[in-house]
Amino acid sequence: MTTTPTQLAVAAEEKGSPLNGGGPTSARRVIHTMRRSPAVLFSAGFIVLIALMAIFAPLLVQLSGWGPYEYDANAVNPDLGGLPHGSLGGIGADHWLGVEPQSGRDIFARIAYGGRVSLSIAVSATLLTTFIGVVLGTVAGFFGGVADQIISRLMDFLMAFPSLIFMIALLSALPAGNRPVLLVLVLSVFGWPYMARVIRGQSMSIKNREFVEAAYASGASKLQIVFREVLPNLTGTIIVMCTLSVPGYIGTEAGLSFLGVGVTPPTASWGQMIAAAVPWYATDPMFFMVPGTFLFLTVLSFTVFGDHLSKAIDTGEAR
Amino acid sequence: MVSYFLRRLFSVAVILFFVSFLTFVIFFQLSPDPAVMICGKTCTPERIEQIREQLGVNQPFLTQFFTFLGGIFAGRSYGAGEAAIHCAAPCLGFSFQTSQSVMDMIVSRLPVSITIAAGAAVLWLLIGVSAGLISAIKSGTWWDKGAMMFALGGISLPNYFIALVLQYVLVVQLQILPFPSTPDFAEDPLFWFQSYIMPWSVLAFGYASMYARLTRANVLDTLGENFMRTARAKGLPPLLVLRRHALRPSLTPIVTLFGMDFAGLLGGALITETVFGLNGVGKLAADSIGKNDQPVIMGVTLMAALFVVVANVVVDLLYAFLDPRVRIKA
Amino acid sequence: MRHDQKGSIPANHLLAVTGLGVRFPTPKGPVDVVKDLSFTLDRGQTLGIVGESGSGKSMTSLAIMGLLPKDAKVTGSILLNGSQTVDRSDAELRKLRGDSMAMVFQDPLSSLNPYYTVGLQITEAYRAHRNVSRRAARAVALEAMAQVQIKDPQLRIDQYPHQFSGGMRQRIMIAIALCCEPDLIIADEPTTALDVTVQAQILALMADLQKETGAGMIFITHDLAVVSQVAQNVIVMNTGRPVESGTTEQIFSAPAHPYTRALLNAIPRLDDDLEELKMVQEFTRPKVTPAAVTTS
Repeated sequence: MTTTPTQLAVAAEEKGSPLNGGGPTSARRVIHTMRRSPAVLFSAGFIVLIALMAIFAPLLVQLSGWGPYEYDANAVNPDLGGLPHGSLGGIGADHWLGVEPQSGRDIFARIAYGGRVSLSIAVSATLLTTFIGVVLGTVAGFFGGVADQIISRLMDFLMAFPSLIFMIALLSALPAGNRPVLLVLVLSVFGWPYMARVIRGQSMSIKNREFVEAAYASGASKLQIVFREVLPNLTGTIIVMCTLSVPGYIGTEAGLSFLGVGVTPPTASWGQMIAAAVPWYATDPMFFMVPGTFLFLTVLSFTVFGDHLSKAIDTGEAR
Repeated sequence: MVSYFLRRLFSVAVILFFVSFLTFVIFFQLSPDPAVMICGKTCTPERIEQIREQLGVNQPFLTQFFTFLGGIFAGRSYGAGEAAIHCAAPCLGFSFQTSQSVMDMIVSRLPVSITIAAGAAVLWLLIGVSAGLISAIKSGTWWDKGAMMFALGGISLPNYFIALVLQYVLVVQLQILPFPSTPDFAEDPLFWFQSYIMPWSVLAFGYASMYARLTRANVLDTLGENFMRTARAKGLPPLLVLRRHALRPSLTPIVTLFGMDFAGLLGGALITETVFGLNGVGKLAADSIGKNDQPVIMGVTLMAALFVVVANVVVDLLYAFLDPRVRIKA
Repeated sequence: MRHDQKGSIPANHLLAVTGLGVRFPTPKGPVDVVKDLSFTLDRGQTLGIVGESGSGKSMTSLAIMGLLPKDAKVTGSILLNGSQTVDRSDAELRKLRGDSMAMVFQDPLSSLNPYYTVGLQITEAYRAHRNVSRRAARAVALEAMAQVQIKDPQLRIDQYPHQFSGGMRQRIMIAIALCCEPDLIIADEPTTALDVTVQAQILALMADLQKETGAGMIFITHDLAVVSQVAQNVIVMNTGRPVESGTTEQIFSAPAHPYTRALLNAIPRLDDDLEELKMVQEFTRPKVTPAAVTTS
């Protein structure tokens, strides 16, 4: 009989069954399983493509000929209220993905630069929440006692928070400053408990496993056990949670920017581009379709990749 | 059980206290001086001081905070003497922008938010749970693969994007639906339904996808349990095995999740309301943020926190009721 | 062919299994988890099936019950009370399951649904086969609980599985199996998950109940010491094939197959000396009457 694959890694992990219970899974086997799935190849390919586009945005913009902040008055038609010339929002050889209505800024350049912002915010927030989550989760789960009490209360508190509304309120109240950094901080403050809760549960169960007892018996210190026994056994979980966090943060960042409290103009971000397109949705639908599609495909790719990764690690361990 | 309930109520109070304290710190300490904003461009220092006194923001921070809390429980007065304005409990203060009572503003917007949340909830429960159920039972078939692919798309699509696409296609191009608005049900039920169906669908889409995935995973887990084999070994009819033995263990966690999600939406479906321009609590919050109308943001945040925290307790009690293992321990 | 077999086997056998095979498709080709298994079982008799995990003994029990996964292919013949059960529709098999044949599983905690009272889980088994009122079924359940020596059945019937100890849960499982007075009881490692002392009580209880009801029993275990205590006949299985069969005494005194000898040697305190075997039997046989320890 086949083992039933768990679709929602997070849901399964909350039940307390370590994804990677039987010791570190062979990375090679996981990669082997992953490589056979076309869905994984497509999503990984798209992620790489987007990452390259974000990294090399300045170079690509030189190729395409238009920077993200350059106005091209010739691309829009002032008689039509500033709608782009040509069909499909002005898509053509000159502007690969068309132009913004009125201002005539190049959408491709803004997508590429926006991708930089969106991805770097999401990846930074993922790294930060993972770090906080793993440290506090292991401390709470492995050492227990007062530390666990304090950390658990704090997590309960943060998770009981109406986080979206509070993030918006916080971001709107905070002085302008460096918006991307603020976004990373705010996302992380409300994001780390989700990672920490899973890590805490799994450290608690690993703590009582035979190999940890054996390590104690052979005279290892607590710290050594954390680094040699506990953390290596959590690697699979951490990787899966990270992969699934990135699309979450991309979506939230876009949502916040859409609501006008995220990245502020003229800096581009995909969510903010969609927000800018709202007044034009009826007359120039390409203006919201382009950033929306990029956002959708990126989030989808990360989710598909994370799903398959979790499944591969799960079954790799079961065999 | 009673002591457990009391403990939970106490923790609710503690959480709400911290939420209000934090919100208060952020809005009344970090953000720009409201007196300057109200005063406008033609303004004298005396006038600012006068407004500051009227609003009570010239007081020390803790005094302000406890006056605010007191206002919620006992009401409070703004200003002194004849010019004093009394605000009855529960008082959340007055909007800087419109001078309306924040409480009244929120209460008047609540019906719209509840209508949006409730309609969407019906949709996502019906569609999400049944799709997940069918996928689990027909696991591995084309139906399952199709539904799960759809759900994967659903959790990846930002709802403001779906909103724009639907509005463009259904309202602008095909013209089969009116622009979303918030009409009275009693006046024209059909128009009411047509006006709300798009916001409901947009809001429900992501949740339905999430619930479908979760239901499927839970049912598959349950189908693999040993007690399912026992049930079949008893010779029970397959439908009874499914209905009695598989559904309850699979759906109990979903009931509790639903409680939290629904409560979260009562505090306003921020994005959906904003993108369709529906005057619910979420739109109120978004508008107030844009205008830096601190008392209103503060009020909405507190209200939303109240819903979530209370739902937390209700869900825990519900869980204890639905799962006998929890019931006995509590 | 099948008709011939039917004719060649005396009709008074409770269960007659001939040339049973179970095959599963796998990505690497079909795998036979049971092959060429034949045996008969009479009323009041107990047959022990012994083997390591993966030897096909559990698959045999699921094949008889008709509970194998859909992708399993069953060949050969299984005659229960003289009628063929292989290739019958699930609806027809369902009428036999729980009524003519019942099963007791290994892990009583996970085999009981945590969401329902034990009363409901006993009565639903009864009501699946007898058209009776809820109240009448409850009376039967109370009787069955008393039969498996659960104290205060009136109180216990409305409790949930997690409120019972391991041994008590297994008694509930036995009560579920017994409530329709089945002709055949299949016990799949019923004592493996239990403490040694509780094991002994459950074994004694099952033996008593079998004597009382006259049902035939298939007792599946990896533990030869347990088999020696309950079974008259034994089949030893290895990798899906029967390697040796005979009366319990034959198998223990003169194991013919090297695998059987290996199994016998694998029991600690036991060697070829029959005197010592008896000592083990004495040890595992209950010294206290189960009723005295039911409050565990």
